[in-house]
Amino acid sequence: MIEIKNVKKSFGTKEVLKGVNAVFEKGKINIIIGASGSGKTVLQKCMVGLLKIDSGEILFDGRDFVTMSSEDKKLLRQQLGMLFQGAALFDSMTVEQNVMFPLDMFTDWERKEKLDRVNFVLERVDLKGSNSKRPDELSGGMKKRVGIARAIVLKPKYLFVDEPNSGLDPRTSRLIDTLIHDITKENNITTVVNSHDMNSVMEIGENILYLDQGRNGWSGTSKDVLFSKHENLNNFIFASEFFRDARDMRILEVKGLIEDERDMEKILREGLKSSGSDPSS
Amino acid sequence: MKLFSSFGQYLLMLRGTIRKPENSKMYWKEFMHQSVEIGYGSLGIVVIISIFMGAVSAVQTAYQLVSPLIPKETIALIVRDTVILEFAPTLICIVLAGVVGSKIASELGNMRVSEQIDALEIMGINTKSYLVAPKVLGALLTIPLLVIISMVLGIYGGRLASSLGELVAADAFDRGLQSGFVIKNVYIGLAKAYTFAFIISSVSSYFGYYVRGGALEIGRASTAAVITSCVMILIADYAIAYLFL
Repeated sequence: MIEIKNVKKSFGTKEVLKGVNAVFEKGKINIIIGASGSGKTVLQKCMVGLLKIDSGEILFDGRDFVTMSSEDKKLLRQQLGMLFQGAALFDSMTVEQNVMFPLDMFTDWERKEKLDRVNFVLERVDLKGSNSKRPDELSGGMKKRVGIARAIVLKPKYLFVDEPNSGLDPRTSRLIDTLIHDITKENNITTVVNSHDMNSVMEIGENILYLDQGRNGWSGTSKDVLFSKHENLNNFIFASEFFRDARDMRILEVKGLIEDERDMEKILREGLKSSGSDPSS
Repeated sequence: MKLFSSFGQYLLMLRGTIRKPENSKMYWKEFMHQSVEIGYGSLGIVVIISIFMGAVSAVQTAYQLVSPLIPKETIALIVRDTVILEFAPTLICIVLAGVVGSKIASELGNMRVSEQIDALEIMGINTKSYLVAPKVLGALLTIPLLVIISMVLGIYGGRLASSLGELVAADAFDRGLQSGFVIKNVYIGLAKAYTFAFIISSVSSYFGYYVRGGALEIGRASTAAVITSCVMILIADYAIAYLFL
């Protein structure tokens, strides 16, 4: 579990995080959402130690990341995995070398053991046999999957994911979301995802934190989002008519008024009949 | 003011490179990789420049030595000392500032912009010591070796040009090479090589490591790295010459 308490961060005179509090639960997908400039990326960078916070606490299972010694920080960082927006693969290395890099750096395993682990995680992300490919030979989705493989190769306790679906087509986005979901559940990881993609939020998000101009705007589960009265949150998530319709359908589903695996043709037919229109016309 | 803060940041970067490695084997591998990249990667251009530099030096010295009172062997002597003291260390290192310096700056700049450095940081790796130290050490190992090769080839180029152009006979050139040889000149040449190697690698690493922005900034950082390295080399060259000669 990761807990952040009253985290503040400024750049010069601009205060980006104005006292954010949150709890990211273990074994769950915790999603941070918010408009551009709301402080999501800064918050995530503070959590992984890429940025120093001005005040507050960041607790990893009760251990304060801010005040711990640099040696302890180093050890903790080996328990963190991160998937970057652009995957951040080392472009001078092959897929195998990229994924093996953390093992080379932090374990004294034999080469065969390392290779077995690399092949296992590559198979897990559906990239079996791609060992000798270089990053420039991979598509955006494949790069993200290699990034996930590298992030989980050391069996991390905490997984951070920054904009996993940016620049991906809907089908590949769904694939990446499913992968993040399955890996979180299989390994009981605390996963924190920064996302703009409302499909991800509604499909895999379990705990949602909405940042509103550097402050806690709203937090709750993906079901709670449907019934939220928070104006800024609703304007942000359900910004288009399409998403508002999708929300309404999901509300009907949650209330049991329509089935999850519904026959839309039948519903439409019955709806038109009851309204007196001829469905055949 | 910006100059002072940049210099402070440069010193902090250098201090950050002195850390216990997370895994010595990986650091050694990176050091060897950088040594090959810097040393072997620049060997071709060093060979070509050195031979022609010596040859031109011989031809121009011969052109200016018109007095019948000065023996022809003097050409060899002048070529030798010019190549050892100035041409091999300074000229070659200015070329290497362009070849190696821009490569180091753009490599690190690209890693910074594409978040590869952040990825290493998150893994718990000290990126200054893992990325910068092997480059500086690799340059300190290979650039002086390149300068020694350049000294030898420069003199050989002068000898070749002298005999092909019938400026000085080969045996007379060899006699000239051996006359009045001062070993101190070689040491000064090597002192320059080590100083310039450090300047090229550390200054270029600094500009690459702290790049902010995108592809355009990587290009700017490479250019700034080369220009700053060249200016620093020329200042250091003057300082060493003033102090030791």
